Amino acid sequence: MRTVRVIPCLDVEDGRVVKGVNFVGLRDAGDPVELAARYDAEGADELVFLDIAASSDARGTTLDMVRRVAEEVFIPFTVGGGIRSVDDARGILRAGADKVSVNTAAVNWPALVGELANEFGSQCVVVAIDARRSSEVPTGFEVFTHGGRTPTGRNLDEWIAEVVDQGAGEILLTSMDRDGTRDGFDIEMLQKVAPVATVPLIASGGVGGLEHLVEGALEGGVDAVLAASIFHFGEYSVSTAKAHLSAAGVTVRPTI
Amino acid sequence: MTELSGDSNTSVPLLAVLDYGIGNLRSAQKALQKVGADARLTNDPHLVDRADGLVLPGVGAFGRCIEALEDAGLRSAAALAAAAASKAVGPPFLGICVGLQMLHEGSDESPGTPGLAVLPGEVRLLGGDIKRPQMQWNRLELPPWAPDHPMFAGLEGDSWAYFVHSYAAPIGASSVAVCQYGTEVCAAEAVGDLWACQFHPEKSGSVGLAVLANFVSLVKARQRDRRSV
Repeated sequence: MRTVRVIPCLDVEDGRVVKGVNFVGLRDAGDPVELAARYDAEGADELVFLDIAASSDARGTTLDMVRRVAEEVFIPFTVGGGIRSVDDARGILRAGADKVSVNTAAVNWPALVGELANEFGSQCVVVAIDARRSSEVPTGFEVFTHGGRTPTGRNLDEWIAEVVDQGAGEILLTSMDRDGTRDGFDIEMLQKVAPVATVPLIASGGVGGLEHLVEGALEGGVDAVLAASIFHFGEYSVSTAKAHLSAAGVTVRPTI
Repeated sequence: MTELSGDSNTSVPLLAVLDYGIGNLRSAQKALQKVGADARLTNDPHLVDRADGLVLPGVGAFGRCIEALEDAGLRSAAALAAAAASKAVGPPFLGICVGLQMLHEGSDESPGTPGLAVLPGEVRLLGGDIKRPQMQWNRLELPPWAPDHPMFAGLEGDSWAYFVHSYAAPIGASSVAVCQYGTEVCAAEAVGDLWACQFHPEKSGSVGLAVLANFVSLVKARQRDRRSV
């Protein structure tokens, strides 16, 4: 039985959640621990924290946040942003994260993926990939770094095959064309990479409504759907999203 | 040890979480603390000796975990403790994920590396047309021969747990939960006071915390038994 995971993503900076989370009834909407516990209670299957500043100065506050989340939340969570070395990853994992995600650093230094997998096991290595439609590469989808600003000249499917070969345990694929548009996932892109994504694939970028989650699961064939704003602004709860997926024929862990 | 004042019948059980340099053990420790245990990460044989219960976690490759357990000097202690627990003549023992797999005789993942051989059979690659690893939540099913094992006491309705694994133990008399993933997969085992979960109870939300709380209850019951002898 394949069960599709629903994963809220939280952007954090200096140990605080940013990008205007708007929940009713939270004492402190910027507190990652309180938000994580809220999503856990709603039935989130996993959480992703992206450290958007991720300067080396902020490393300490990030580690402190990870420790506090790990004390209160007993579902898997991934931490990404600014992880450039095995030592960076070790710090995050020791603080209690289950997985680390690497993006730009992996592109700049592909051996990092293999080193992380050797050191900690593939199960905790998520490779995050930002991609766009592009005429610069033969397959039409190009890998970008630095939040979608820097083209790499790499074909998306070749890059996925390479990191899987290196030991990536999971791929978090964001469409930079769709990110922030609320137009839905780039289904064509997801379908195109499915043959090379032999490890679990998380779709990200573009979710504006619950039907988009269903499209990602059924047409995109992904293992997990990630979304931010539809959950943060209280439009939909995770439990509503899962009920919608379930009614559409997608197997999800029921919310309690 | 924490002293609970005013209640001489209650003591917080000391759990030794075997720390042999593999993976993130903090979440297992935190979850056990959450359900009322004094859980300590340790490779100190003296602490392991006097613990009220043992926990053997494990992530990554089977062979690497076995080697690391050996390097930490904990292999024979773990094997003896697991065997004693299975006969209910020693403190309860809980294996988690590769900690379950290591209790068997060996694994497809690391041919030629013997396991602790406390439970029978070899660990095999997950079969069928499925993605490996199984990295997802899955529904636990209790087999007809173990419809109500105390590991799952108090859980009503469907229970879902979080799995991350590419290999699984054979299904047999010791299986107390299975899940469906391509084929029927062993999700948990128990023999006597030796319990083991293929899923991650420390990452399975309220269901996982209930499983850990049930283990802590078992540990406390054995503490009481020893005192009353």
